[in-house]
Amino acid sequence: MIEVLRRYPVIPALIIALLLFTAVAEQWILPHNPERADLRVRHTPPFWMDHEDASISYFLGTDALGRDILSKIIAGARVTVLVVVAAVGTGIIVGTTVGLVSGFFGGIVDDVVMRIVDAWNILPGLLIILVVVLVLGQGLWTLIGVLAMISWPGAVRLVRAETLSLKSREYVSLARVAGASNTRIMIRHILPGVVNIVIVTATLGTGNIILTEAALSFLGAGIPPPEPSWGRMISEERQYIDAAWWTSLFPGLVIAMVVMSGNFLGDWFRDRVDPTLRQL
Amino acid sequence: MGQFIARRVLLGIIALMLAMLIVFSLSRVKGDPRYFFIGEDSLGIDPAVWEEWGRRLNLDKPVPIQFALWMRDILTGDFGDSVTTQRRVLDIIREKAPNTIQLGVVAWLLGTFVGVPLGVFSATNRGNTLDYIFRGFALFGQSVPIFWLALVLIFVFAVNLGWLPSGTKGEGVAIRNFVLPAVTLAWFPAASYLRITRTAMLEILDSEFIKFARAKGVAQAPVRWKHAFRNAIIPPLTLSVFVLFGLLNGTIIIESVFAWPGLGRLAIDALWATDYPLLAGLTIIYGMAFVVMILSLDIIYAVLDPRIKYN
Repeated sequence: MIEVLRRYPVIPALIIALLLFTAVAEQWILPHNPERADLRVRHTPPFWMDHEDASISYFLGTDALGRDILSKIIAGARVTVLVVVAAVGTGIIVGTTVGLVSGFFGGIVDDVVMRIVDAWNILPGLLIILVVVLVLGQGLWTLIGVLAMISWPGAVRLVRAETLSLKSREYVSLARVAGASNTRIMIRHILPGVVNIVIVTATLGTGNIILTEAALSFLGAGIPPPEPSWGRMISEERQYIDAAWWTSLFPGLVIAMVVMSGNFLGDWFRDRVDPTLRQL
Repeated sequence: MGQFIARRVLLGIIALMLAMLIVFSLSRVKGDPRYFFIGEDSLGIDPAVWEEWGRRLNLDKPVPIQFALWMRDILTGDFGDSVTTQRRVLDIIREKAPNTIQLGVVAWLLGTFVGVPLGVFSATNRGNTLDYIFRGFALFGQSVPIFWLALVLIFVFAVNLGWLPSGTKGEGVAIRNFVLPAVTLAWFPAASYLRITRTAMLEILDSEFIKFARAKGVAQAPVRWKHAFRNAIIPPLTLSVFVLFGLLNGTIIIESVFAWPGLGRLAIDALWATDYPLLAGLTIIYGMAFVVMILSLDIIYAVLDPRIKYN
């Protein structure tokens, strides 16, 4: 049993599975309406606290308006998953395509792409996001866009490097001799070779994207209200930290757990795919 | 070597110009950029002001010329005026920068001098309890949202124990005020340093020349620090530039939690006041700082590691 836990990331996988389940099954498992305020039960502590109002019904307590913390966390899961999957997906697809084309054709195309990637890399991530939010206004699509925007350059570099090494392999030359077109070589012969590294980068990058999303929502530039958000839960309740610590403690713990699980899974994938990249 | 540095400088300049082009294009995606420069009052926008801004932004000229003129202004230090306060952007940044730089440098030193030695220790004591504890600390540091970590530290050390102030810098340089923000900011970099140093050390400690030194009877400490660590220093050194850059991001979040009067708070305030010139100016200055840091790193590399080829 312990041997299995040591070899496979069972717990992180379970946490991610639970997150995905929560996001999908949200409406069936919500204990309370996450948006309904009830001032009579404001700042009820979690159920195990020695307090007259504490009850199992408000499992993790309530916030300043009497909304159930657990329900808000569950409702926030769906938005987070939606935003992160859309952002990472877009970033990876764009990054992989650009990296593949740039590495395959080389020459002037490659030069232009790499200079653009350089330019993206010197722009401070959070600040350029704030500029975009200022210009386009806050919104779910803006958020997905900016998060995709900061995740694509990383994928370009890796995919490009991998493509460069794959395209000089013999089987690629043979495919060309057999009359395969450039597009066919890229899709059928090189893409399968870079898929592993793409999955690893996507998994490892997810944690970072979740943290950035949470930070933006905390600063008020992320998921717009009334859409529930873990980051905003913490910022809304931070003034009550001495009176009602549970209101900001639990959302933060959930973020940390999800990010940690993502990092664990990413490390594990990487070690399986390429043990020479092992870090820990 | 001269050619190598010249090439790096050229690449840096190209990247910077493209980055400026990105920032410039953002001001034009919504059509007329004047909306970002003129603060509206209750009566709407005065047509005379509107026309005047058209001239100041060179809107009568073609877009590439507009960009070239804008870039020329920036290179001569003219980032325009803040929309809200009407002061020169560069003056505002200059006034607030020391607070952010002090905090960033303290956090950077803290992260380096905690992370690197712990990484060396972890590598040389691989598999024992402390190694696991340190790695757990690193994993935690790389996973928690820093604004939340800040609140937890405030809750414990400021609210409950009352040892440290919970916010703001105050007058002068009081160490007490730096502790909580710096520790929060330094946690993530310390974790990154720990992991990367540990990996680099493990790799070196496994190499033949270390085994030979040990077989020769060289004592434990010199093997670790003189033979191994010297050769494992490149990865953490590379990381340090990215850590500094990451700290700039971190200060944006942390300064708003601790009410720290620096550039990070300035950026958030600029966002809420839709102060485009101020936010764009900050972005470009950070980009410039990063280019300079990367170039210095390239030069340090060339000095430290003679194996690097200049091509």
